[in-house]
Amino acid sequence: MEYNNKKELFTVTVFSENRVGLLNQISIIFTRRKLNIESLSVSPSSIAGVHKFTITAYADEETISKLVRQIEKRIDVLKSFYYHDDEIVYQEVALYKVPTVELLEEKNLESIIRHHNARILEITREYTVIEKTGHDDETTALFEELKRYDIRQFVRSGRVAVTKSPEEYVTMYIEERARRKEEIERCLKDE
Amino acid sequence: MISGAEALIRSLLAEGVDTIFGYPGGAIIPVFDRLYDYKDRLRHILVRHEQGATHAAQGYARVSGRTGVVIVTSGPAATNVITGLSDAMMDSTPLVVITGQVGSELLGSDAFQETDVIGITQPVTKWSYQIRNVEDLRWAVARAFYIASTGRPGPVVLDFAKNAQVAMMEWRGYKKCHFVRTYEPNPVINDADVERVAAMIDKARRPLIISGHGVEIARGEKELLALAEKAQVPVTTTLLGLSTIATDSHMFKGLVGMHGNVAANVAIGECDLLVAVGLRFDDRVTGDPAHFASQAKIVHIDIDSSEFGKIITPDATIHGDAREVLARLVDKVSPARHDEWLGSFDKAWKIETEKVINPELNDKSRINMGCVARKVSEAAGYGAVLVTDVGQNQMLSARYFKYTAPRSIITSGGLGTMGFGLPAAIGAKIGAPDRTVCFFTGDGGIQMTMEELGVILQYGVAVKIILLNNNFLGMVRQWQELFYDRRFSETELVNPNFVMIANSYGIPAEDVETLDELDGAIERMLAHDGAYVLNVNIDPEELVYPMTPAGSPISTILLNKDERYEK
Ligand SMILES: Cc1ncc(C[n+]2csc(CCOP(=O)(O)OP(=O)(O)O)c2C)c(N)n1
Repeated sequence: MEYNNKKELFTVTVFSENRVGLLNQISIIFTRRKLNIESLSVSPSSIAGVHKFTITAYADEETISKLVRQIEKRIDVLKSFYYHDDEIVYQEVALYKVPTVELLEEKNLESIIRHHNARILEITREYTVIEKTGHDDETTALFEELKRYDIRQFVRSGRVAVTKSPEEYVTMYIEERARRKEEIERCLKDE
Repeated sequence: MISGAEALIRSLLAEGVDTIFGYPGGAIIPVFDRLYDYKDRLRHILVRHEQGATHAAQGYARVSGRTGVVIVTSGPAATNVITGLSDAMMDSTPLVVITGQVGSELLGSDAFQETDVIGITQPVTKWSYQIRNVEDLRWAVARAFYIASTGRPGPVVLDFAKNAQVAMMEWRGYKKCHFVRTYEPNPVINDADVERVAAMIDKARRPLIISGHGVEIARGEKELLALAEKAQVPVTTTLLGLSTIATDSHMFKGLVGMHGNVAANVAIGECDLLVAVGLRFDDRVTGDPAHFASQAKIVHIDIDSSEFGKIITPDATIHGDAREVLARLVDKVSPARHDEWLGSFDKAWKIETEKVINPELNDKSRINMGCVARKVSEAAGYGAVLVTDVGQNQMLSARYFKYTAPRSIITSGGLGTMGFGLPAAIGAKIGAPDRTVCFFTGDGGIQMTMEELGVILQYGVAVKIILLNNNFLGMVRQWQELFYDRRFSETELVNPNFVMIANSYGIPAEDVETLDELDGAIERMLAHDGAYVLNVNIDPEELVYPMTPAGSPISTILLNKDERYEK
């Protein structure tokens, strides 16, 4: 277990039962280790009843590996993993709200949007909302470009990610647990 | 149909509970009302402060191995149990603490005596759950007992909303919990890991075991000794592991850590294989972890895999129950002899005996804490239980008490909670009524939970209380003396007359002023068949030695003010 102690952005995923108060339990574990959560998103996973947290934080690998074990130790957590960027496919969504008048003058608007692979979600007389899905550096690049149109609001979602691995570890784990449950029940019946 | 409160009582009975430590109040009255009808089967010990309930439940749990149960009300009662929960979390003690809560229709409204119990307790519990719906009750109680008592034990909180206490439900029996999908308390031990560690033990020339609280929790004392004897591996222990091996065993080589035995701490630096069983490498054990066991391969055996590598990076691990792992290792290791290695401990023991132990025990000029502890221990005989408070009294009684049976030391290790001792001793006596419970405390610590003398009065709990009274917060004073230029900032106490206090609770007590009064007083204390207090006059200048200053390598050992241990 030799790690280099370089800090990098890790993506931590947590699979848990759908129970009140879990976010609190998980975030406390980051706080105690003085780790700032950079982004967070919570959603149902592909498995019925199982919730998935996707959290990013800057840390060295040793710290993050210990953190993941502490998270997994919480009773209602099924599994927790951490990933380097090259192990996952990930995205973020950004929304930009700009005054429509600013854009009316702009001849390049269409090309900017096309260039950044963004799209317009809504246009009213007062404002226009542009959406861009991508990595952090890409949504930031569009932000930089739109800056001159007087961005009124900007928001970026937490990272969402899926692994590149062909193995679905959580599904395997849940199957293993179901077998364990059967085994225990069989033992109890025999007693 | 029965109420949620009634269902709680039936669930507790189904879990085999017969003793509860608690304190009533508005948000839990329905439960206490039902308790009234179960007096013949459920003994409720009415404490004097909810912190006392948790520590008493801890003492009960640690002496018996059973889960301690606490029932208190909401708000201030719930905040009063936080210290006990943290202590139980650090020292892996199974507790189920039930707190009353305002009705769920009022939750979040800052109702009278509402507090965010789940939010506050989550960081210091193994699991906490709010019962808002009576239909959840049996499920939650079953899960609570399962989680608290299995794997690495710990405290669980059930926050029981009042509406669910009074709501009606159909009973339909109780099912214990044996499985939680997200939690595996009995990991399957990996054979290859066992083989690998057995081979490491066979190959080692200077192997050393440190036995921790995990061995006690797993009831692995016999297997520990069997392994030590078969492979000739000397055994040292942590503070909480002290009674996992008899003090007089020829394989026992001492206590490790800040105030541990010289031979044990020196051996950590010299061994070529360190087998750590059921412990978590607390900084009071390791000293500076960078210098810990620097010549050794390290094997870490624990039921909690998140401990592997948390402080010390191991060369091999075995994840599993300490008793099972030790039993498997006993089968796998080859008989060995390490006579020279075993003999090498004598030198450091000789030095410690000369420089530290004999002066502590044979001082004719004053009463030393260690001397009192040794005398009480020898007079109390086989099977006596040591309960301590925190500070010098803790370290010296732990060092000089002799352990003859398993589960004989109950002390606040991880949290170091002053005030832990008195209620824990009460709980221990209730959990093991046939054993002599000797409680050593300081004049500071006893005053933190002294109200619990009322429990001794009310229930006649026969705890032997030895108050090592130096009129100082001794351990802090010791640090001020050694590291803060004798600037005794806020450590001197003006104390009450403790004998009168004891007497006012109906407890016989005596002052022990001089050494020649000591033996007689101990005899009278032990001969009396109830609780008894000895208020022993201790010189504030007495310091605990040996000592490794915090943050130093564990082999940097002060033997007294002027001498360090040199190899
Ligand atoms: C609740 C709590 N407060 C403060 C401390 C810090 N502390 C550790 S030992 C100690 C002194 C204990 O004094 P006393 O109870 O008289 O015992 P002695 O050390 O003299 O034996 C203090 C204040 C603590 N451990 N716990």
